[in-house]
Amino acid sequence: MMMMNSESPELNGAITSAIGVLDLQGGVSEHIDHLERLGIRGIRVKKADDFQNLAGLILPGGESTCMSRLLSIFNLDEMIERHFRRGMKIWGTCAGAILLASSVVGESPCLRLIDIEIERNSFGSQMDSFTRKAHIPGMMSEAASLTFIRAPKIKKVGPDVSILLQIDDYIAAAESPEILVTIFHPELTGCLDFHRYFTRKCHLKPRNELKTTIDPSWNNTSWTRLARIGRG
Amino acid sequence: MDAKRYELNVQLAQMLKGGVIMDVTNVEQAKIAEDAGAVAVMALERVPADIRKDGGVARMSDPAMIAAIKKAVSIPVMAKARIGHFVEAQVLEALKIDYIDESEVLTPADEECHIDKTKFSIPFVCGARNLGEALRRIAEGAAMIRTKGEAGTGNVVEAVRHMRTMNREIRQLINMPLEEVTGFTKVNGMPYEIALQVRKLERLPVVNFAAGGIATPADAALMMQLGCDGIFVGSGVFKSSDPALRAKAIVKATAYFNDPAKILEASVGLGDAMAGLEISSIPEGQLLAGRGW
Repeated sequence: MMMMNSESPELNGAITSAIGVLDLQGGVSEHIDHLERLGIRGIRVKKADDFQNLAGLILPGGESTCMSRLLSIFNLDEMIERHFRRGMKIWGTCAGAILLASSVVGESPCLRLIDIEIERNSFGSQMDSFTRKAHIPGMMSEAASLTFIRAPKIKKVGPDVSILLQIDDYIAAAESPEILVTIFHPELTGCLDFHRYFTRKCHLKPRNELKTTIDPSWNNTSWTRLARIGRG
Repeated sequence: MDAKRYELNVQLAQMLKGGVIMDVTNVEQAKIAEDAGAVAVMALERVPADIRKDGGVARMSDPAMIAAIKKAVSIPVMAKARIGHFVEAQVLEALKIDYIDESEVLTPADEECHIDKTKFSIPFVCGARNLGEALRRIAEGAAMIRTKGEAGTGNVVEAVRHMRTMNREIRQLINMPLEEVTGFTKVNGMPYEIALQVRKLERLPVVNFAAGGIATPADAALMMQLGCDGIFVGSGVFKSSDPALRAKAIVKATAYFNDPAKILEASVGLGDAMAGLEISSIPEGQLLAGRGW
């Protein structure tokens, strides 16, 4: 049994240096691509051992029912909770935010690590998916286009959770000291600000050369760099 | 569709990566699929194995049935339109489902043209046997590609052939000098500009799933190891002896496709897989993969 230390992002003396992306299904390569643009090592996480040395974990977009089933079948929900208690920060995008919520409208919640109420697929079908320009002072250096795909809506947040972005009748981004949730997908745009923000939240240093909100070298096929042809 | 809408449609497919899309014919099956961890369901009246058995003309499903399934689940709902039948596609778009499969499993409505998918807001997935076919569909506006395989057979051999063919042609495209690309794309019916993009990206610019004949967890993991981004299971789940168990097992094996111990775990005690069909036993006129141009 390892000793857990909730005060520092260290585990058994090993310095935590990487951010993991839960790799069960969904937008995994997109997040790893963004982390690498900031000089941060992104690790695909799908087994208990993969959690070693993670300063943070991203739960990507995808289908929350699929991910929640696999989390519980393979006991990864327990691993996430254990490393969360050890000090690992967590960021959920879209489906990832649903997994982290304490309350999901009409369904039983999964990890319950942040006090928010969220409603799945709250905008309608794929034809209601959209982009919208927004600016979060202190988090983004300028306004940028945010991508919402069959997105959920955060309906309300608890007293220890702060609202980062409110649009119309819903909350689009919120955080507690340990957890960040966004219902949109910064990893599907050239916007690096959210990954930069989360990296700092994990007490890691993002690479300094890139200071702009949008990475000009990003394009919508950047994810394919991490998904080349297979062995066949 | 404008460029922004197309990008959103490609991105929805990106969110399905590593997941399993299951054919379902009623609300009960849709719930079983969702509960097993499917990332989307394909709503249709008859699974390919039954279409093959029944014969006759296979058309778009009853919109009332598709609507009932849409209401019952919160994961994306797809449905099939006949190749070239742009009015079936208009109906499915009006129904506001999430994705249309312009599918060779249904009887083609046009033997020369596929649907001009650029005219729609709703995304399309199309089948392909080789790189040329995949790139022609992308040129027409498909936001996602899948292998055709040979649907309704429970025999993965054709899906493997199609994936290996695509991979081989991509490797050829990468390795040849630029001056050979013009001739290569001409011979193989590939739109030149998209072929150049594939050469640069070293893969398709959109998500590419496996479909057609996948019946076991090992079949799913095989297609994933060959480089597919995810899996469609048609008859393989609900024509097996224990659909709920098999559906979960295929979801597990797809997520852990690189982990033989987990695939083993997923393969144990599933009961009978669907009865399979030897491809050579099917009369040539009844092969579905040849449909499409």
